[in-house]
Amino acid sequence: MSKRRSDWEQRPQARFLRWMRDGYGALDDQITTSISQPAAPRPDQEAMEAHDILVGTHRHERELALDRLAHYDLQNWANTRGRKVLGRLYAVLALLLGLILIYFLLNTVAFMPRFASADVPANNEVIARYVEKGLEETGAINIVAGMILDYRAFDTLGESTVLFVAACAVLILLRIDLDDHGQPMQQLIAEESDDRHYEPKNDRILQGSAMVLTPIILLFGIYVLFNGHLGPGGGFSGGAILSSGLILYLNAFGFQKAGRFFTYKIFMWVSFFSLGFYGVAKAYSFYMGANGLHSGIPLGTPGAILSSGLIMPLNIAVGLVVACTMYIFYALFRKGGL
Amino acid sequence: MSFVKIALLGMLIVCALGVSFTRNLLTSLIVYMAYSLMMAVIWMLLESPDLAITEAAVGAGITSVLFFVTLKKIHAIKGDKDHEQAQK
Amino acid sequence: MWQALYDNLEQTVAVILFGIGFTILLLQRNLIRKIIGLNIMSTATYLFLASMGYIEGRKAPIVTDGVTDLAAYINPIPAGLVLTGIVVSVSFTGIMLALTVRLYRRYRTLDIDQIALLAKGEDMA
Repeated sequence: MSKRRSDWEQRPQARFLRWMRDGYGALDDQITTSISQPAAPRPDQEAMEAHDILVGTHRHERELALDRLAHYDLQNWANTRGRKVLGRLYAVLALLLGLILIYFLLNTVAFMPRFASADVPANNEVIARYVEKGLEETGAINIVAGMILDYRAFDTLGESTVLFVAACAVLILLRIDLDDHGQPMQQLIAEESDDRHYEPKNDRILQGSAMVLTPIILLFGIYVLFNGHLGPGGGFSGGAILSSGLILYLNAFGFQKAGRFFTYKIFMWVSFFSLGFYGVAKAYSFYMGANGLHSGIPLGTPGAILSSGLIMPLNIAVGLVVACTMYIFYALFRKGGL
Repeated sequence: MSFVKIALLGMLIVCALGVSFTRNLLTSLIVYMAYSLMMAVIWMLLESPDLAITEAAVGAGITSVLFFVTLKKIHAIKGDKDHEQAQK
Repeated sequence: MWQALYDNLEQTVAVILFGIGFTILLLQRNLIRKIIGLNIMSTATYLFLASMGYIEGRKAPIVTDGVTDLAAYINPIPAGLVLTGIVVSVSFTGIMLALTVRLYRRYRTLDIDQIALLAKGEDMA
C-alpha cells in the first residue's frame, strides 16, 4: 500500500497538481532560493521507510515526510527541466498571441476605407479650414508648420516640455555627483561611467573631417530651423540637425573644448528662455484671439523669411530646446555630466 | 502601387524580423537604423517631407547614436572584456 | 479580404510591424532588444496614422503658387501629430536607455529574468 502511494507521489501528474496548488509564487520562490543557496540534501527514501517501520510513526507524519520529498522533486524539476519547458511554453504562447493580434488587426484593416481615396472620414471640414484659410490666417507657406505652431500650438508647448522633462530625468538617472572637494562621489562608478579614455587623442582624420563638416551641418540646421514656415523642416528637425553637429564636434575634439561653450548653466538658461518665451507668446496670442482682439503681430507677405507672425520665433525656441535636450542626452550617456 | 513602394514595405518587415533574429546586439541595432532610414523614404513617398526630414535626423541619427553609446556603456560591442556577459 | 489588404498595403504593413514589435517585446529577454521592439511598435503606429492622411494625386501641404484649394493638398493633420510623436519617442527611448544603464551597473546583466531573480534575492537577503 505504502509503496504504491509513493509511486503515485512521484508521478508527473501529482507533481503538476502540487504545482497547481502551490501556485506560481511558490515556484518562483523556489527558483530564487535554489539559485541563491545550495539545495537541501535529498532525504533517503528507503532509510525513511525503514525508520517508519522501526518507530511506527502514525500516518500524519508520514504524509508530511512524503510532502517534503515531493517538494524536493518539484524543486529539482523546476530548476532543470521545468524552466526549459516553461520557457518553451511561454515562447509558443507569446508567438501565438502576436499572431492572433496581427490577425485581428488585419481583419480590421480589411474593412478600413480604401487607402489614398479622398472620402476617408479623416478628411473632414477641419482640413478644409486648415488648407483653405491656413495661409491667410497664419501666414505660413508650410501648412503643417502653421498647424502645429498656430492652431495647435498648445500641443507643441506640451511636447517641448516633455523633452525638457526627459532631459531632467536622464540627468537624475545618470549624473555623477561631486562631493565637497569637487571629486566624483563614488570613485568606482565614476571611473566606469566616464569613458573619456575612449576618446581618440588628436585623431587627424576625425578632426579634419569634423573641421569641415561641423560648420556645414550647423549651417544646414540653422537653415532648416529658420525656414520652418516656408518649407519642410522646422523646430524639431532643425534642432536635431543642430545637435548632431554639436555631437560630431564633441566626438572629434573632446569634452574639454565642448565644455567651454556648453555648460549646465547654458542648458538651463536656454531651456528656460525658450520654454518661457513660447508660453508667454502663445498665452498672449491665445488671450487676444479668444477675446476677439487683434494681436498686433504682423503676418507679413507670405514667402518672405520675416513673415507669418510668431511661427518663426516659436520654431527657433522649439529648435533650441530640442538641440539642448539631444546634446545633453549624449553628454550624460558618455560621461555622466557636461 | 509602385514597385519601389512594395519593395520598401517588404524590406521594413524583413528588417523588423531581422532585429529579432540577429545574434549580435550591434548587428540588430544597425538593422534598426536601416529600418528608420527606409521609413524616412516611405514618408517621402507618402508626401510628408516634414516627417521624412525629422525621421532621418532623429530616428536614424540621434536614436541610433544613443543606442550605440549605451552599448559602449554595457560593454556589448566586440573587443570588450565583458562582451560575452552582456550578450546573454 | 486579400484584395482589400493589398489595396491598403501601407496599413497592412503597419499592422504587421506592430505585431512583430509586440512579439519582440514579449519574446526577447534582452532589454536593448525590448526597447528596439517598442520603437518598432511606435514607428508602425506612425506609419498607420500618416497613411490615413495620404490622398492619391495630391501634393505635400506646402502652398505653391498661392493655390489654397482643398483638392490640391493632402491631409496635414496626421503629419503634424506624427511629427510631435517622433520626437516624444526619442525622449522615451533616452529615458529607457538611461534606466538600462543603471540596471546594468547594478546587476551586471541585461537579461530581464536574471535581473528579476537577482532583485528578488536582494529582497530576501
